[in-house]
Amino acid sequence: MTRIKNVFAQGKAFIPYITAGDPDIATTPEVLKTLADHGADMIELGIPFTDPVADGPTIQKASERALKNPFHMRDIFGLTEKFRNDGYDTPIILMSYANPVFVYGFDAFARDAVAAGIDAALLTDIPPEEAEEYCAAAGKHNLGTVFLCSPTTTPERLARVDTASTAYVYYIARAGVTGARDDLPADVQQALAALKKTLQNPLCVGFGISTPHHASVMARHADGVIVGSALVKLFEEFSGEDLLHKIAEMTAAMKDAIRTAETATEKEAAHA
Amino acid sequence: MKNSLRALPDEKGYFGEYGGRFVPDTLMQPLIDLEAAYNAIKDTDAFQNDFAEILKEFVGRPTALTFCANLTAACGGAKIWLKREDLTHTGAHKINNAAGQILLARHMGKKRIIAETGAGQHGVATAAAAARMGMDCVVYMGAEDMRRQEANVFRMRLLGAEVRGVESGSATLKDAVSEAMRDWVTHIDETYYLLGSALGPHPYPMMVRDFHRCIGQEARQQILEAEACLPDEIVACLGGGSNAIGMFHAFLDDADVALTAVEAGGTAIETGHHAARFSGGRTGIFQGMKSYVLQSGEGQIALTDSISAGLDYAGVGPEHAHLMETGRVRYVYAHDDDALAAFETLCKTEGILPALESSHALAYALKRAAEMEKDQILLVNLSGRGDKDMGIVMDKIGKGAAA
Repeated sequence: MTRIKNVFAQGKAFIPYITAGDPDIATTPEVLKTLADHGADMIELGIPFTDPVADGPTIQKASERALKNPFHMRDIFGLTEKFRNDGYDTPIILMSYANPVFVYGFDAFARDAVAAGIDAALLTDIPPEEAEEYCAAAGKHNLGTVFLCSPTTTPERLARVDTASTAYVYYIARAGVTGARDDLPADVQQALAALKKTLQNPLCVGFGISTPHHASVMARHADGVIVGSALVKLFEEFSGEDLLHKIAEMTAAMKDAIRTAETATEKEAAHA
Repeated sequence: MKNSLRALPDEKGYFGEYGGRFVPDTLMQPLIDLEAAYNAIKDTDAFQNDFAEILKEFVGRPTALTFCANLTAACGGAKIWLKREDLTHTGAHKINNAAGQILLARHMGKKRIIAETGAGQHGVATAAAAARMGMDCVVYMGAEDMRRQEANVFRMRLLGAEVRGVESGSATLKDAVSEAMRDWVTHIDETYYLLGSALGPHPYPMMVRDFHRCIGQEARQQILEAEACLPDEIVACLGGGSNAIGMFHAFLDDADVALTAVEAGGTAIETGHHAARFSGGRTGIFQGMKSYVLQSGEGQIALTDSISAGLDYAGVGPEHAHLMETGRVRYVYAHDDDALAAFETLCKTEGILPALESSHALAYALKRAAEMEKDQILLVNLSGRGDKDMGIVMDKIGKGAAA
């Protein structure tokens, strides 16, 4: 949790998402290092799942590629542990559908995740209303929690989301599934500005953020910008060194756009 | 009602340990709104009158209760009665729920209906109900199921629905459910998701059950009129669980009535080629609910296998998980071959062509009746008719069988 707090203390965060084990478990450590080396402030690491209801085709296919090999939660803990042993302190947020974590056991999951150097978790289909046991386990082992809010979240539910979250709140920028888009939703700026005033937690935003321009727009109001499908799409086209090169390129471009937006926002604030 | 099994779910949508609402945030408020809309109208005279009218005039209720003299004689035991959901409009119990939910959708001002379907029966029922209401209808169906159930795809299209094939995952029912959820989350304002079984996130398990309760309510009255007593045992097949809970609900507090649900045993339980959640599954969180789920040791959802597309699903309605745990309902399974044999037996002895889903209930009932006394009563819910299964049956038993 300290690692995540440090990131937000330093400025706006670029948070790439990748699916663990895509296309195989040997590639993931290389991808994690590439992301960290080229500007990722935190990394959302997805647990592949057979039935990802919140995901569009790109991330569905990433799960399918990963699940061609046998899946073990312990393998994922193994590779994050190695990432820490290699000296990396980039925070890692595990993102999973409920069932693999439920079956592992909430308490065992929180304990083993923290031991493996994982900082926080986001369980896509566990809303705060169903999170009592999970939050208790996370609290006990000091695993950060991230909950989702969206354009359909009422003020009453938003308060529950904020209370249940200890790492940050993830705003789903549009009602829909994950996936790269050409444009941003029209009213997202006002939504983010309003959320920023209400939330106690840092605010990160994702879903459909596909270009450095999108990222820079989002970074004006949000504390962190999450890019998933645009990055995961690279796994469809490239492999090996080419893949790492493309990932490095996109990461650097996104980080650069967010840093520029941050400087501009600071200047505006100074003039105001 | 306080200590009654019929009083569930609780206000959080739980049947004991099972149920709840496990969905991404975007769907939480729409589900809360759906629950509120349903609770606000369900007990009003206006809604109950509209529902009674559509059941009578469109669905064709009440359905008959048929005594099977030949089948009873052939088994040599209990008197076998069938509740004839196969006689409803569109040929299966599914239309009860489609009719109820379409009224709710209209009340909520929704113009666009989406649904998932496995064998196609729920899709056909939804397409018919949407056509009657003049609403747009999109049905998601696994590409694999579309190949297996070509005639139902054509029926849905004739009824004005757009059928969208789902190629992801195993291209079957669970993938169609996921895709319908993705559509709903993307078009929440104008769209009503008409879920087809007593499963998924709260309030669907409760709502779908409520719309199917007419099955058991009618059957209870009919058997009392015919036999002046309640049945000794009631049997229903179990996919998601809607026909079974619709039949069982009226009898849950009648401790002397044994209730048995029959899952799809596929070709073998040992090899994993089945859909018997209560014999091979365990508690999991899947497609919006906590219930019994067929899954790997690491929580990945398993592929299922059954001759009957309507029973071929990895999860089961949460109310059934609770009824299993309390011991009120017994959960057994029948293999593909036994279901096929029961299918042929009912055709030949009674002149009734059952759906392959319902044939699973019959397979158990034929064996069970023989063990019971001649003055006992065995009631089977015949959830649907088998016309849709002709292609599969022809492949399995050979065209020569009908010669």
